[in-house]
Amino acid sequence: MEEILGILEKNSKATAEQIAIMIAKPIEEVEAAIKKYEEDNVIVGYNTLINWDKTEKEKVTALIEVKVTPQRGLGFDKIADRIYRYPEVTACYLMSGGFDLTVIIEGKTMKEVALFVSDKLAPLESVQSTSTHFVLKKYKDKGTIFEEKQVDRREQIFI
Amino acid sequence: MIMKDMILDKIKNVPPSGIRKYFDLINEMKDVISLGIGEPDFVTPWNVREAGIYSLEKGHTCYSSNAGFIELREEISNYLYRKFSLDYSPVDEILVTVGGSEGIDAALRALVGPGDEVIIPEPSFVAYQGCTGFTGATPVSIALKQENDFKLTAEELEAAITDKTKVVIIPFPNNPTGAIMTKEELYELVKVLKDKNIVVISDEIYCELTYEGQHTSIASFPEMKEKTVVINGFSKSYAMTGWRLGYACGHKDLINEMKKIHQYAIMCAPTIAQDAALEALRNSDEDVKMMAMEYNRRRRVTLDGFRKAGFSCFEPKGAFYVFPSIKKSGLSSDEFCERLLIEQKVLVVPGTAFGECGEGYVRACYASSMEKINEAMRRIKIFSDSL
Repeated sequence: MEEILGILEKNSKATAEQIAIMIAKPIEEVEAAIKKYEEDNVIVGYNTLINWDKTEKEKVTALIEVKVTPQRGLGFDKIADRIYRYPEVTACYLMSGGFDLTVIIEGKTMKEVALFVSDKLAPLESVQSTSTHFVLKKYKDKGTIFEEKQVDRREQIFI
Repeated sequence: MIMKDMILDKIKNVPPSGIRKYFDLINEMKDVISLGIGEPDFVTPWNVREAGIYSLEKGHTCYSSNAGFIELREEISNYLYRKFSLDYSPVDEILVTVGGSEGIDAALRALVGPGDEVIIPEPSFVAYQGCTGFTGATPVSIALKQENDFKLTAEELEAAITDKTKVVIIPFPNNPTGAIMTKEELYELVKVLKDKNIVVISDEIYCELTYEGQHTSIASFPEMKEKTVVINGFSKSYAMTGWRLGYACGHKDLINEMKKIHQYAIMCAPTIAQDAALEALRNSDEDVKMMAMEYNRRRRVTLDGFRKAGFSCFEPKGAFYVFPSIKKSGLSSDEFCERLLIEQKVLVVPGTAFGECGEGYVRACYASSMEKINEAMRRIKIFSDSL
């Protein structure tokens, strides 16, 4: 049934009925499997990929490298938890290498993001340092190329 | 001088493609969903395209040897052994061609001429009839039946063989029906053919697209290897139609003569495509699997769509076509396709384009996005309800 996840990951609009036909399984089984995945938090949500650059909405994204002091017995999880609970944080990853956490922030303006870092993130006790990088342009996200519309280039040919 | 009179009858007698008129119609219409084109809608995997770019960067712009780069022939040899237990020497049993079609043409030209008969199971790819016609040999059609799932049976084959039969074409997985032949079913044909002086042209271009069990090549039967020329290529498996690259494998004496035809008509297959194909064979198994899995889902959706619209349709197990019967509509294949196109803006191809026995059927190619397939099936249901 894991095939369902692959289909939904690419198209969260696919209905249980459509998926059932695609994978040749009864619709009840597919519905039950999706429900179970949702309950078990395997399916954690259904998102839509939007290219905000094409809209009027002002939006900036920044990637912040954060160095932190891990806490005894809790490692990085506690401080990560403090950070990712802010609604401005859209993603948070524990990293190997030169810094500890990648924090992706979305805000309306650069100033708003900068203020979030200086007012909320940097003052946290375990945070040693931050380094903010603003995203200038999104070329590709979640496996999808933004500027390239899929066009069918096939000519009429008889095979 | 009247130019028409200068042209050979055997060329003029080969009819042009029967579906030209649909393409002309389509060009004047908007929002048509075409399930008519028989080629993958995927773009060639990026690593393969990148290998083509790198080939240009390196300045690989000369001819290769007539038979193709030896590295590519070695890789083809490895691939055929790995996938289908076929054992061909890269040195003198493999010829790299411009698409599978060139292999079919060269094999027929090397083998048959006026007075010879070529057995062609139909419905099938139109080039078999055409290329046979160009040689002056006589095509002998076998009308495959829906009740046999459009497979070729030993009885049908036996009944078509005469003293003049020189070549039998075995086109599975099949365009346009999507039929496949299992090892056991092929063995029934082997029993008919093994002691006869007949060469098999086995067109296996859709070999990677089977949805129930692995493809079997008739050449994998030891008694058939010497008598079979296997035609294959990169177009369908790796979504490389525009690169024009295929290959033919068979007895070294036959391959050697085919190479002569190839040498004088073509010289060698495009070298950029050959470099890209090398990468495809070495590093694209995962892409092939991914595409086949996606086609399989679309196949089920398309089949389900036709059945829900009330058409009887056998379950195709290969290639990327479904071949539903439209007999219950009371229309001919041609009328059905024309009305469907004009009334609901969906293009499918009349079965008759693949041989007379295709009357009463249409071919729909599901190498199209799921979105388009769903919309096409919705429109076909409306069309069916309106009949």
